[in-house]
Amino acid sequence: MHETSASHAAHQHTAPTSFIRKHVFSLDHKVIGKQYYGLALLAVFIGMGLSWLMRLHLGWPAWPIPLLDKLSAVGAPSGVMTPEYYLSLMTMHGTIMVFFVLTNAPFAAFGNYFLPIQIGAEDMAFPRFNMMSFWTTFMAFLVMMAAFFVTDGPPISGWTAYAPLSAVGGDAGPGLKVGQTLWAISIAIFCIGSLLGALNFIATTLDLRTKGMSLARMPYCSWAWFVTSVIALLAFAVLLPACILLILDRTAGTSFFIPAGLVLSDKLQPHSGGSPLLWQHLFWFFGHPEVYIAILPSIGIVCHILPVFARKPLLGPRATVGCMIAIGFLSYMVWGHHMFVSGMNPFSATLFSVPTLFITVPATILTLLLLGSVYGAKMRFTSASLFCLGFISVFISGGISGFFLAQPSIDIYLHATYFVVAHFHFVMAVASLFGVFAGTYFWFPKMTGRMMNEALGKLHFWLTFIGVYAIFMPMHYLGLAGNVRRYSAFVDDYLIPLIPVHKFITIAALLTGAAQFIFLFNLIWSRFKGPIASENPWEATSLEWSTATPPPFDNFGGKHMVVYNGPNEYGVESRDGKDFIMQTSPEKAPAS
Amino acid sequence: MSETEITLDAGHAAALEPSPYALQSKKLTMWLFIISDAITFGAILFGYAYLRIGTPNWSTPFHFSPNIVNGLIMTFVLLSSSLTMLAADAAAKQGRKSSCLKWLGATVVLGIVFATLHLREWSHMFEEGWSLSTNPLGGSVQFGATFFSITGLHLMHVISGIIALIVIAIGYNTDWLDAGHVETTGLYWHFVDLVWMFVFPLLYLMNVAR
Repeated sequence: MHETSASHAAHQHTAPTSFIRKHVFSLDHKVIGKQYYGLALLAVFIGMGLSWLMRLHLGWPAWPIPLLDKLSAVGAPSGVMTPEYYLSLMTMHGTIMVFFVLTNAPFAAFGNYFLPIQIGAEDMAFPRFNMMSFWTTFMAFLVMMAAFFVTDGPPISGWTAYAPLSAVGGDAGPGLKVGQTLWAISIAIFCIGSLLGALNFIATTLDLRTKGMSLARMPYCSWAWFVTSVIALLAFAVLLPACILLILDRTAGTSFFIPAGLVLSDKLQPHSGGSPLLWQHLFWFFGHPEVYIAILPSIGIVCHILPVFARKPLLGPRATVGCMIAIGFLSYMVWGHHMFVSGMNPFSATLFSVPTLFITVPATILTLLLLGSVYGAKMRFTSASLFCLGFISVFISGGISGFFLAQPSIDIYLHATYFVVAHFHFVMAVASLFGVFAGTYFWFPKMTGRMMNEALGKLHFWLTFIGVYAIFMPMHYLGLAGNVRRYSAFVDDYLIPLIPVHKFITIAALLTGAAQFIFLFNLIWSRFKGPIASENPWEATSLEWSTATPPPFDNFGGKHMVVYNGPNEYGVESRDGKDFIMQTSPEKAPAS
Repeated sequence: MSETEITLDAGHAAALEPSPYALQSKKLTMWLFIISDAITFGAILFGYAYLRIGTPNWSTPFHFSPNIVNGLIMTFVLLSSSLTMLAADAAAKQGRKSSCLKWLGATVVLGIVFATLHLREWSHMFEEGWSLSTNPLGGSVQFGATFFSITGLHLMHVISGIIALIVIAIGYNTDWLDAGHVETTGLYWHFVDLVWMFVFPLLYLMNVAR
């Protein structure tokens, strides 16, 4: 500990004054958190726009979409997209959403802003690294966007970039010449940014906790960000070499992922001896933990917010943290469940199926603890708490379809159908985004100093909540009926009767997407016109509510906080007649 | 709220919860980086094993002389550089500055010798017709692909390490950096050594012609 004093002295920086140092290349974790949030916000609207285009095409394949031919004259001549361009848009939708939204928003954005404050630190352990991770991620985003503007468009191989399609050149289809190379480079850069971020998060959590902030007293979302950063540290370390090998296959003539004798466009490919399955192993060894990188921070955020509005302590706080760790640990043993039909040895499918079903145990315990925490509570229904309840709902809905998909015999039938699309959108995408929405409504006052509009927030919740069920629930039936995903139009006899369902989903998607503009409006309007927020508007206990709104440059205005209680002291009687005790209050919480 | 907060002028450390590992942040982060980097090497070596098992016509081109002899010399040089790094670290801890700089210098020189021997070996192999995508023996091209990419990744680490050591030496000499930085860089250098102890048997000894 004596050595640490020297390294901490280096953090006693003063607030910068120039615009560039303050808002662009800022070392302040709060600014970097907002930058991540802004990037995720930009990305999510691009990703949503892409899903609109895809849904429009699926509902009405012959309709020309205005201005689409301007984006790509080859991909959408006269506004009607080609099947290949549909795949390009799908690839970009998945990539943008998974990497730049679901990884950035709940983890990098909120984590950067609130992890140091919640543990009572002035900044992250390495502010300079922190700035570098954001700008590295931003560069990855620019490289990815560049794929839209190259001649043959973005790649068509999906966000999973399955080899050999992703590893061979333009002979295999549009987007596989430059677009796919840009994709691989972008993801490699993204890995570096995420690794830097993960190192920083772990060091900050372990080394910069203020006096009294023992690990047991850490708020649950700090725990979630900590566990997530451990997962990210190990997962992105595998995706990085995989992307390097992919780039070598594409540019240096190697054949890591390309089998011998591959003939594409009537041309024998100059590659031999590689294994497409190797890419799947490396990718999914990253890819499955990535699912938890997306969902764990949102679980943490919900565990943090729900007790505030239930005015009751979270049930089983230690079990909650234990479940998060168990989920993180198990996430490394199950990657093969994405590959049941890939041609692996069928025995290994059983080996991957069992731990997959095991994961449902901590996930179910978490869900039950959350439900138990609201049982009998006098809920305060705010936008934030509604999104927390919505999170539980979609997490259950998406989780239950996971029971089916985890079993190889059922998965063989359902693989690559809309059932899978419904499953991962519910459990990973929508659930994670609900956590982000809850976090936004909850923390916006602290981040900006102004409250968001509750009426608009509730309208946004109900439209989104009903909307996502209208979009994704019917997809289960489509999948059970054998409707394969990644088709740009449905011309087979058995699919034609399903087209009305697709039209319904398209209309629901357009409306739900439109509802997100209410959120955007609320965000921008409240930023400037919202009512001024007090220091602790929600009557919450954790450290971010013990400081000014918005927090000063060094978070606590030169004071060092001392923590006396856990984050869970709700529904108690405090000395000053409130029903909660702040973490910084020296008052001893009654033994419950 | 004022009663709940205290102001400490005595420095920040007294206001912090003791770290569970009692490591300073830089050292902790280096250990975390090493874990992460070990997984990167683990993944790429897994790829090598995977491809090798799946390739029936794998080429094993190395002979005891000159390839393995050269590899043994490289191994010896790199392991010696770990010893000199240890000496530099010990000297820095005791505050013997000039001794530390000497040992850092020796480490850099040994690192450069390793890199030179490595690049010389590569250029001989390029002359024989090996590359990432060619095999002069007519067997599978995967030997060249895995050999050059894995040893290349390792060599990149060695070269980054050499640059880091030079920067650290200059910084330590001008009192901009302290003994902690020497130790942390040493951790990285030993790790790069350790990786070579996996690379050498897997990529050299296992590819000796029978």
